[in-house]
Amino acid sequence: MPETTATLIPAWLQLMADSFWPLLYAGLKFTVPLTLISFAAGLVLAFLVALVRLFGPAPLVWLVRFYVWLIRGTPLLVQLFVIFYGLPSVGVVLDPLPAALIGFTLNVGAYNSEVIRAAIESISKGQWEAAYSLSMTRAQALRRTVMPQAARVAVPPLSNSFISLVKDTSLAAVLTVPEIFQAAQRIAAVTYEPLVLYLEAAMIYLAFSSVLTALQARLEKRYGQHAMFAGKLR
Amino acid sequence: MIRLQEISKHFGPLHVLQGVSADIPEGSVTALIGPSGSGKSTLLRCVNLLEIPEAGTLTMGTETMQFRGTTPPIDAVLRMRRQTGMVFQNFQLFPHRSVIENVMEGLVTVLRWPRAKAVERAMALLEKVDMAHKAQEWPATLSGGQQQRVAIARALAPSPRVLLCDEPTSALDPSLATEVIQVLRVLAEEGMTMLMATHDLRLAASIGQQVIFLDGGRIIEAGTPDALFNHPTQAETRTFVASLSDA
Repeated sequence: MPETTATLIPAWLQLMADSFWPLLYAGLKFTVPLTLISFAAGLVLAFLVALVRLFGPAPLVWLVRFYVWLIRGTPLLVQLFVIFYGLPSVGVVLDPLPAALIGFTLNVGAYNSEVIRAAIESISKGQWEAAYSLSMTRAQALRRTVMPQAARVAVPPLSNSFISLVKDTSLAAVLTVPEIFQAAQRIAAVTYEPLVLYLEAAMIYLAFSSVLTALQARLEKRYGQHAMFAGKLR
Repeated sequence: MIRLQEISKHFGPLHVLQGVSADIPEGSVTALIGPSGSGKSTLLRCVNLLEIPEAGTLTMGTETMQFRGTTPPIDAVLRMRRQTGMVFQNFQLFPHRSVIENVMEGLVTVLRWPRAKAVERAMALLEKVDMAHKAQEWPATLSGGQQQRVAIARALAPSPRVLLCDEPTSALDPSLATEVIQVLRVLAEEGMTMLMATHDLRLAASIGQQVIFLDGGRIIEAGTPDALFNHPTQAETRTFVASLSDA
């Protein structure tokens, strides 16, 4: 029966087309800001934690090690539940979006502090000494000599972490943040088409990650410039 | 005058400098020689305080610092260090900066010179070490000898009172070492004060006015290159000089 097939194929396509803008809108309105803000704040946190671990006084070092241990050793989903559903019991009531931002920032901070610390430690002692021999202070040596080189080392793992974060933001759905996945769930609940909707959500995440992967390649090229001229990178 | 008095330093249980005293006259070149582990590099690094001695006194021009086993305040360290420039065995150019930016770095970051003035000074120094034609290149594209010449220009940029050279030719094959020695000789002739740790007999003999032989963290003998190399008075010196000329 040609009529049935003719109406069947457009039905799911039609649904996909109809739900594309709501999903993309949810992505642009919530997923993207959630990712960008928590990654930026998380990187600042990670940098501070790395500096404390490398140069800080012992009690502070223990404090930040405890923080990294705690965050890395527990599931992100559980952390989000503690922040959003648990903290109100002790009087800390957060809206879904701030709760998600805090959870993701703490995560990005913990994981990437190790990345940044390792990147700084990968720069040879001789580079520090060359900077010191020019009478630079430690802050100047770090900013002018060590960090620019450490950044090149850190870009690939940081990009990995960024791409993971884009996908992890889907966990904000359980805190009722109306991001991509939550939007897909809502539409699936009324259309009874979970396969179509979740595949479509997956495709939008895939598109976002692909753009970021391309950006990563450009960043690596930029930070690797001096090595590339020596034929080390290519 | 740079004066070291009773400089002492341990690395763990190892007593690397056991009360070293020496006067480095200005306007001349002093070579530190001695076997590996004799303490010559450490002594050099004590002069610009990359290593802080545990005891002794360091005098450079009008600045004097006494060591009592504690870390001196950073501003005092920087005041002392600003009178020195250092050239390393492995060059240690900043790989993420071009040749000219390497030379400008101390002027721009530490001395806060305006860029244009720093470019002018850096170019003049690059001319002097015959590297002006590579000003815009990355360090990684240069030969070892070229990198070391740029490193010398970088160390000279802030006009130090003394240039410290830690085995400046040891990482270079003989022909590349020659071009670096050439540059150091010109500086010596211009009256630059230099203190260098070296295994290179040719370097020590050809541009040093004073040679200090260190062994086991002590000064065994000091004198002119001729006296030390041709008429050593101490048995250790004789053995060491003989081993150098055999090599």
